[in-house]
Amino acid sequence: MSTLSLGVSRGHVELLQFLRDRTAMVFTFAFPVMLLLLFGTIFSDSYDQPGVTAAHVFSASMLAYGILTTAFVTMGSGLAMDREDGTLKRLHGTPISATSYVLGKLLLVLALVVAEAVLLIAVGTLVFDMSLPDASHWLAFVWIFLLSVTSSSLLGMAVSAIVKHARTAGAILNVPVVALQFISGVFIYPVIQLPSWLITVSSIFPVKWMAQGFRYVFLPDGMRVNEAAGQWELGRIALVLGAWCVVGLVLCLVTFRWTRPDK
Amino acid sequence: MTAIEVRGLRKAYKNHEVVRGIDLDVARGEVFALLGPNGAGKTTTTEILEGHRFRDGGEARVLGVDPGTAGTEWRARIGIVLQDTDDAADLTVREMVQHVAGFYPKPRPADEVIGLVGLEEKSRSRIRTLSGGQRRRMDVALGIVGRPELLFLDEPTTGFDPEARRHFWDLIRTLAAEGTTILLTTHYLDEAEALADRLAVLAAGRIVAEGTPAALGGRSSAGATVSWREDGVLRSEEVPDPTPLIRKLVAAETDLSTLTVSRPTLEDTYLNLIGAHR
Repeated sequence: MSTLSLGVSRGHVELLQFLRDRTAMVFTFAFPVMLLLLFGTIFSDSYDQPGVTAAHVFSASMLAYGILTTAFVTMGSGLAMDREDGTLKRLHGTPISATSYVLGKLLLVLALVVAEAVLLIAVGTLVFDMSLPDASHWLAFVWIFLLSVTSSSLLGMAVSAIVKHARTAGAILNVPVVALQFISGVFIYPVIQLPSWLITVSSIFPVKWMAQGFRYVFLPDGMRVNEAAGQWELGRIALVLGAWCVVGLVLCLVTFRWTRPDK
Repeated sequence: MTAIEVRGLRKAYKNHEVVRGIDLDVARGEVFALLGPNGAGKTTTTEILEGHRFRDGGEARVLGVDPGTAGTEWRARIGIVLQDTDDAADLTVREMVQHVAGFYPKPRPADEVIGLVGLEEKSRSRIRTLSGGQRRRMDVALGIVGRPELLFLDEPTTGFDPEARRHFWDLIRTLAAEGTTILLTTHYLDEAEALADRLAVLAAGRIVAEGTPAALGGRSSAGATVSWREDGVLRSEEVPDPTPLIRKLVAAETDLSTLTVSRPTLEDTYLNLIGAHR
């Protein structure tokens, strides 16, 4: 069997197991939606742009949160769990390659984030009357989405190397996730309210660029004045997210271990 | 042809050396048992040979390949039954066996393997609902689904009820009869005696005895204990060869309805061996 078809086979059983674990499913999908519904209902800021509400902004930004939390946490805690319950050890004793295993995880993550994105966009349009973008913006959506998923997944995998116990993985992984939401213009918008040094910090990490990209896709062009640079900066979004994909990949290659290190 | 060839194998965790120079030869088609108390180095040795751990020193060849650097082609030729696993809890037995079968070039059909380990009735049950013994049987199924040339069994019958153990022994004999080489670690001496062509006793990281179950530790040349009851009193004599004594008793027309002749059991020999190396 080829690396690819074994990867697909892994993806299939990963998804089966995920769908059968109700708790994981409810928390993964319900949490970002709940936050969107809360933020969208509570805040009623208005902007210079006619017809744009705070709920529209959150609907777009929350995609960044949904993707990050799903990809980063699913990958990070999933790997820690597989190391702990013997999944990795079992697979390592068989002819399957590490690439097929990782491919399976990526397929799981991809299925989950697509579902997550559909759910968030549906809430945005059906509950908060956000209008859907035109074709050229959808095209931008595709590449921003793919770069976001890839960088978040790879970073989650890399971070799992320092997570000692699967039990604590969720707690550890959520620290950077939640902290970055506050400084990256997801929970607090416009981001220019923040001290400039915080904006500098958040600009290093991918979340700010993911959120900015999704706002470009779903908000009218005039909303760009509320971004840190007063521009959508599509080129820079691609550059930063692409760089994080490379960093994540290198970290994964360096840190990936089939088994726990010797006691 | 040797299936496993080990010379001077060493392994330490931090500063504690758990494998301290092991030599081992297992021939193709042989069932070889590693015995030893907890902490003797059985699992570490097995895991090095399975390619799960790196050795610190010595040489190892498994099916002619160094397990420390072996790739996926080599892994297709071996089968591993791990100790304490907890994976794939939300899949059914059949889904998992089918999934793992797909990794191998010439797997056994999933239903055949499930039948071999006697899990037909649990085939469609989630793995999390299996009892400890059923879970072990599924582990065995996953170990043999790829038709391995060499099978590693690390304490395979822990948690089995007596009937399941007998079935498992039959399965091992079937595999051995098909030519599968088997390296087995176990705590159960009756298991080693029933299955192994040869065995080695490990204590504190070294092999302290090696041989066939019948001859281990000089067992076959050890003296025999002859016991019988005479006028209601238990008599017992230790002799190198029981023949002359029994001949004498027969000549004296002693009542021999309670006569027993025993040699040290494998368990006696084993306890002596590991006791001497504590």
